[in-house]
Amino acid sequence: MVKEKNRAEKAISYKKPENNSHNILKLNSMSQLSDVRMETKKLSVQYGDHYGVKDVSIPVYNKQVTALIGPSGCGKTTFLRALNRMHELNRNIKVSGEVLLDGENIYGDKVNPVIIRRKIGMVFQKPTPFPIMSIFDNVVAGLKLTGTRDKRYLNEVCEKALSQAALFNEVKDRLNTPGGKLSGGQQQRLSIARALAIEPEVILMDEPTSSLDPLSSMKIEELINELKEKYSIVIVTHNMQQASRVSDTTAFFYMGELIEYDSTNKIFTNPENRKTENYITGKFG
Amino acid sequence: MQKREFVNSIYKKSLSLIYNWLGDKIFLITIVSLGISIILLALGMAWVLLYEGHTSLKVHGVIGFLTSSEWDPAVKLRFGSLPFLFGTVVTSVGALVIAFFPAIAIAIFIAEYAPKWLGNIIENMVHLIAAIPSVVVGIWGIFVFVPWMREVVYQPVYTWALENNSSLLPILGNPIGYGMASATIILALMIIPFTTALTKDAIDQVPKEQREAAYALGATHWEVIRMAVTPYARGGIMAGSVLSFGRAIGETMAVAMLIGNKNNFPFTIFGPAATMPSVIINEFREAVENLHLSSLMAIGLVLFVISLIVNLFAAYITRKLSITGGQSI
Repeated sequence: MVKEKNRAEKAISYKKPENNSHNILKLNSMSQLSDVRMETKKLSVQYGDHYGVKDVSIPVYNKQVTALIGPSGCGKTTFLRALNRMHELNRNIKVSGEVLLDGENIYGDKVNPVIIRRKIGMVFQKPTPFPIMSIFDNVVAGLKLTGTRDKRYLNEVCEKALSQAALFNEVKDRLNTPGGKLSGGQQQRLSIARALAIEPEVILMDEPTSSLDPLSSMKIEELINELKEKYSIVIVTHNMQQASRVSDTTAFFYMGELIEYDSTNKIFTNPENRKTENYITGKFG
Repeated sequence: MQKREFVNSIYKKSLSLIYNWLGDKIFLITIVSLGISIILLALGMAWVLLYEGHTSLKVHGVIGFLTSSEWDPAVKLRFGSLPFLFGTVVTSVGALVIAFFPAIAIAIFIAEYAPKWLGNIIENMVHLIAAIPSVVVGIWGIFVFVPWMREVVYQPVYTWALENNSSLLPILGNPIGYGMASATIILALMIIPFTTALTKDAIDQVPKEQREAAYALGATHWEVIRMAVTPYARGGIMAGSVLSFGRAIGETMAVAMLIGNKNNFPFTIFGPAATMPSVIINEFREAVENLHLSSLMAIGLVLFVISLIVNLFAAYITRKLSITGGQSI
């Protein structure tokens, strides 16, 4: 253990920590990518005096998957949760900097976090269906919040969202059974369907496969590949193979700072930063 | 290596008799006998009530005892428990109905809305109120609550009925202050802290993930409570209410002090009545006739059985409604 840690630290200390200027990106290898959907500008998240995320500026491209990778505790989940103002549920966390969604700062004075969370959906690490609600009610829960009551429309949306989440065929005969009765993988796809039903503009996924078996994980990954035709996705993952399989761009976080951001291809084949290389090649993490 | 030798040497050393045998055995015997004695105690109490009460049950018949409304310890020596059964059911159900929503609202406020310091203060106050001896509540009821209610509610309502709708008068009864209404309201005030405390505990058990899932769908705070918190906590909330109901059924002192203690049947809203606990505490000292004493014991038995059923029901609800499958994989 100790040996490994030393090695990891050694690997990291190849280069001194740079200042943040490198975070402003040279996207030479990404010129083929489409327009920017979301963008963070010097986004920092503080727990008391401690910075969970410090001065991170990255874009999220439209209809692309952006992966956030890095060792445990590096701030990738913290960063993700700042993207739809989830940190506001905890009074001890302070977020500074800007997050732009289509050019508008979601931390602006007049912006209602409830509206923001409808535009920026989220899928969590653990499947979180509402356990006693029926599958149908789970899927349309978000829509009902917006006041939609038209039964036919709800049915339509439910079927569409479940199909998009590749769950419809498995549950179409038992839409009235409680969501808690499904298997773990199905529950996670139900959570995704629920997020899709309100037609968000961006979907945030926080290690969506970490609590699932390989087969379910594979299904979710296939699903992500299909979903990106319509949505912009930001995914946090521990699994580097997963990042390389599903994402178009990748951001590597370490100790709350963004170390490198580039196209996934570049990050995994020819990273510029030594820390990134060491992490990718498994020297630490 | 050294460590292993050291451990081995401990095992090889012969341990003292007390350490090896007595310590374990004494401990085991103590906890087993204490545990079993609880079962024996409960069975013993039930047996005593049954044994003492069976004379009365034999004379009146079980059904007759439960359905007769005649309670005459002086002349006819006929005993029927219906007025008390009814009084108990009406006061406790009424108290539960009055207490349910305020208690849940207070619990939601403490758990979800109040800033931490305020929530802590209110929660401690709730626990404090729950710990007030019921005789103190009764005294407060006699000197403060009942006179006030008589002035502000009972008499004005009665006068209004007298002038406008005299057909209500037999239902309302005399507004003397001591009666069904006062007892029910005081009972409600007494069980609100219990329901609140149990509901708050149930709300605290709701996983963070459930709330976040609702927030992430664009729910407001109230919608999160409606969508994620209360459905998840429903088992605890319902079980808490049933347990509070059980307390209301058994509550003796405050009710006996405020209900007026008259075995009216059918009863009136403002007028005096009696419950099973109140009749026991009021009459057991004067029960010179064996049959009278036996009837009081039989009422105790009925109360015992009802409390048992209520508690079993609470346990059943907890198991039936609590959420197990939903979260873990």
